Amino acid sequence: MKKELLFITVIGEDKKGIIAKISNLLYKSNINIEDVGQKVREGYFVMTMLVDMKDSTYSLEKLRSELEKIGDEMGLKIQIQHENIFKMMHRV
Amino acid sequence: MSVTIDEVYETASMILHQNLNIRTTTLGINLKDCIDSNFTKFRKKVYDKVYLNAKRLVEQAKKLEVKYGVPIVNKRISVTPISLIMESHCTKQKYLQMAITLDRAARDAKIDFIGGFGGLVQKGLTKSDQLLIESLPSVLSKTERVCAFLNAGTTVIGINLDAVNLLGNMLKQTAKESKNGIGCTKFVVLVNAPEDNPFMAGAFHGVGEPDLTLNVGISGPGVVRSIVEKNKECDLTQLSEIIKRTVFKITRAGELIGRELAKNMNIPFGIVDISLASTTAKGDSVANIVEEFGIEHIGAHGSTLAIALLMDAVKKGGAMASGNVGGLSGTFIPVSEDAGMVEAVKKGALSLDKLESLTSVCSVGLDMVAIPGDTPEETINAIIADELAIGIINNKTTGVRIIPVPDKKVGDFVNLGGLLGSAPIMKVNKYSAKDFMKRGGRLPAPVISLRN
Repeated sequence: MKKELLFITVIGEDKKGIIAKISNLLYKSNINIEDVGQKVREGYFVMTMLVDMKDSTYSLEKLRSELEKIGDEMGLKIQIQHENIFKMMHRV
Repeated sequence: MSVTIDEVYETASMILHQNLNIRTTTLGINLKDCIDSNFTKFRKKVYDKVYLNAKRLVEQAKKLEVKYGVPIVNKRISVTPISLIMESHCTKQKYLQMAITLDRAARDAKIDFIGGFGGLVQKGLTKSDQLLIESLPSVLSKTERVCAFLNAGTTVIGINLDAVNLLGNMLKQTAKESKNGIGCTKFVVLVNAPEDNPFMAGAFHGVGEPDLTLNVGISGPGVVRSIVEKNKECDLTQLSEIIKRTVFKITRAGELIGRELAKNMNIPFGIVDISLASTTAKGDSVANIVEEFGIEHIGAHGSTLAIALLMDAVKKGGAMASGNVGGLSGTFIPVSEDAGMVEAVKKGALSLDKLESLTSVCSVGLDMVAIPGDTPEETINAIIADELAIGIINNKTTGVRIIPVPDKKVGDFVNLGGLLGSAPIMKVNKYSAKDFMKRGGRLPAPVISLRN
């Protein structure tokens, strides 16, 4: 089956347990992590995670709301977006 | 990773901090097939076609918001110019009934505006057009979501001044019948009106369009302002380049979401309108971009050059990003909807006259301009005619959305609510063009129209 790749983006202050909490959620919902990266940009801690949702037991709506919950708890902005938008915007 | 962290961050940051969104997805619906000699049946068919398709639009748009994490702020409908489909039912009462039907269909499907309640009168008025104009004060004050338009000229035909001469009175009447003159915010008179414009109040589904089509309007003054802010030292050529690149990116987001939405709805994709469209949100302002260029307030000398530069760069970036650029595709400079414009009027930096000159290099004309309620109707007609002349001679779209606010004087404010913002009452030239306007008739097509 073809991969269903999405990017999770975390923006905010660096804290302990960000990756742990998100990875735990992804494990629970049977989502595979393909790649992880992090950097500091314009004073923000930025982490991106490329995930494959093809075997996910969660719908995208549910995953989004669970990620938002983690974001609210930790005071971070967490977004999830299909990879196509980045390819469209940043590749000619 | 197929995309770098910097690129992911740039996109996320545009959405989180710079108000990047899909400003509107507008579904164009042909209503010609709903015409029926029985008016009750006719309205039922109109209601059903609008409601069912609008509902699909809202459902599918929501799914894409979740998939791409880009807000789709407005879901809207444009329909065949109503004057055309009402030819055999033209009484003022029936016009109002049809408007109420459209308003109800939009409300029930959770659509905020439905455009197309208008006519194409560039060369003359049919009985239906005439009655439509007469019905507008009650239509615009008694409905909430119906937007009206008139196309009163084209570069190949000229301007129908007789039609323009009906508008001052109509607008004053509309303003009187609706709270704070708000009815007038839902009417725009245009020349060279595009048939696939997704933006209100001027959106309609042109007669050359298919049964259904999806048009998208992107937004992004906040994104452009932010990139200009980061590039303080560059010259005009470099400035144009960085704006071009940014607009390319935001247009691609519109293209992706528009195409996918059309595909999911199983209808043809129409166009992406690349206009920069301000909102009242902080920083989401075209005036603020110009100020970021280095102009104290929009309206100061230098502003026309600034808007010309911005407009051209937006077009170049957008044209590269989408094969289907259409609609108005320029830069809106509405007064009340743009906090920077309001500030410039308050400070005396921006006058109605300078605003008019800015519209000669940008779309889409005098937009959301509030003037004193006691402005003579001939003067309102003349303001409209001046703006339309700019469009005709420059072979471009221009329009006028003007609100003669009852009981308000220059310097007062009128709160139009929500997205429409709050407008300062602008000063109007006190000298009259009454005798000139009274001549009526049609401005002949300019010589640039003789191309064959």
